[in-house]
Amino acid sequence: MSARLHLYSTNSKDWESELIQFSAVKKSFRRTDVLRGIDLQLATGDRVALVGSNGAGKTTLVRALLGQYTHQGKILVDGLLPRERRREVLRRIGFVPQLPPPLKMTVEQLVQFAADLCGVRPEELYAPAEALGLRIGDLRNRVFVRLSGGEKQKLLIGIALGRAPEILIMDEPAANLDPEARQVFFQLLAERLERVTMIISSHRLDEVAALVNRVVELDHGRIVLDDHVDDQVDLAGLLECRVRIARDHAAFGKAIRKWGFAPDGDEGSWRGRIAGPDRLRFLGVLSRYAGLLQGLEMRESNHVE
Amino acid sequence: MNQLLRMARADMAESLRARWFFVYTVVFGGIMVGLFASGLTESRIMGFTGLSRLLVTYIQITLAILPIFMLITTVRSVVGDREAGIYEYMLSLPVSLNAWYWGKLLGRFIIVYLPVMVAMLLAVAWGAFKGVAIPWGQVLLYTALLAALICCFLGIGMLISTLARSTDVAQGAAFLIWLFLLLFLDLILLGVLIQEGLPAEMVVTIALANPLQAFRTAAMLLLDPQLVLLGPSAYLILDLFGRTGYLVWAVFYPSTLGLLGAATGYWIFRRGDLS
Repeated sequence: MSARLHLYSTNSKDWESELIQFSAVKKSFRRTDVLRGIDLQLATGDRVALVGSNGAGKTTLVRALLGQYTHQGKILVDGLLPRERRREVLRRIGFVPQLPPPLKMTVEQLVQFAADLCGVRPEELYAPAEALGLRIGDLRNRVFVRLSGGEKQKLLIGIALGRAPEILIMDEPAANLDPEARQVFFQLLAERLERVTMIISSHRLDEVAALVNRVVELDHGRIVLDDHVDDQVDLAGLLECRVRIARDHAAFGKAIRKWGFAPDGDEGSWRGRIAGPDRLRFLGVLSRYAGLLQGLEMRESNHVE
Repeated sequence: MNQLLRMARADMAESLRARWFFVYTVVFGGIMVGLFASGLTESRIMGFTGLSRLLVTYIQITLAILPIFMLITTVRSVVGDREAGIYEYMLSLPVSLNAWYWGKLLGRFIIVYLPVMVAMLLAVAWGAFKGVAIPWGQVLLYTALLAALICCFLGIGMLISTLARSTDVAQGAAFLIWLFLLLFLDLILLGVLIQEGLPAEMVVTIALANPLQAFRTAAMLLLDPQLVLLGPSAYLILDLFGRTGYLVWAVFYPSTLGLLGAATGYWIFRRGDLS
């Protein structure tokens, strides 16, 4: 990359090379202040969870970074202003929105369009989507808006990752993925850790905590928390799990089967594997049945093949 | 392929599957079929005599329907796309705003122009099949006029789309503009204004400034340029400009108006929030 900025980071990183810089960014909509002076620097390799409640300013900040909003203050991506140098900046960014756009073009037309604009071959965009379990052959001529939520998400992730971006911006990226696809998704992210800066926007930290090494919380347009988190979690890792409950419970059975778990001989005993970064989410599911829980064993396993 | 053409192709792919396009095609195809079926091509005494009458009727109906259809569908789909989050995603791809906006406009122009042209060409083919003389001058003029009309209302539609922040507001504005232009058509308000003794120059200026009026007058000019058919101001304009002068005005003025509207829309679009 050319023309790196060397700036002092607010997170005690001495003169590191910052890839993204927000300086005193403010944005208002009809006299309502949505961003109230955001100062934030992100370096290559940062995996940031952008968290906050509805109306905190997450979407506005992301859209401003994508060059879609006018704003006060300055946003620089590798020294370039996204509004003025949008093609150069956006060529480096892969974006996965929370809500897939209701596009009426076919999967093939969408992928071809994105590939043409990004200067890659369509196959490169299909590859991650296929790895996530999307059967491209069956869907090529299907209209995008008619795909299921999971299929849309997989395709959009494919388009974002297949371009080999330097910056990944994702809004609740794994929300519509089944546990199996989530495992592959984490693996795909793990392969890109060293060279990609990630911004993952979410309402809830527990959804994305294991994916990130830094948490930025917004509240009413201001940063109220900017902290590093323990990133010992191996994105590509797996956990062998065994869960024992006091008695058979239909709702629990249904919930745990969704994670790919199967009964393990003894009554009330279940066994399965979850992705390392999914541990918090999995524990969240188990917490709903805490009264039934008799035993829980989680042991690190081999990486996803 | 450059970005502009890619964008135009993508917009066409979107439009071809949109409900509005289906309705639009059925309406204009249906009009032409209806005209054939209702016997408008026939003379009571001589039978099938030619296409002039059919084409002029078609163009009159088009004049009534196409502008409001164009305005409503353009503002609905453009503002609706923004509201639905299509802009958020599509504009996160490395496409220049220039290519995005003008490509969208180009794609929309092609997609709107094709059905009305195909319907007209069907009439020409039918005439050729029946062995009647094809009024090529009329066909060419109508081809140019339709392009001008579409360009005009597409440009106005894009301008409204960039100004309005919600579909409701955009639709309301589109409808008001159409109503305003319709009110200033020759046979309605302009006739009254002349009756009330308003200076002829003012009435002529109003008529000239109204793209719908320009289109209506030019469409009938080749058929029968009489006062009873053209209306008072159009007759006056024709007297002042001459036939060729007026045809040139009728093609270039609405096109220019549309392009100016679109250019203003682009200027606003790139300065403001995109999604």
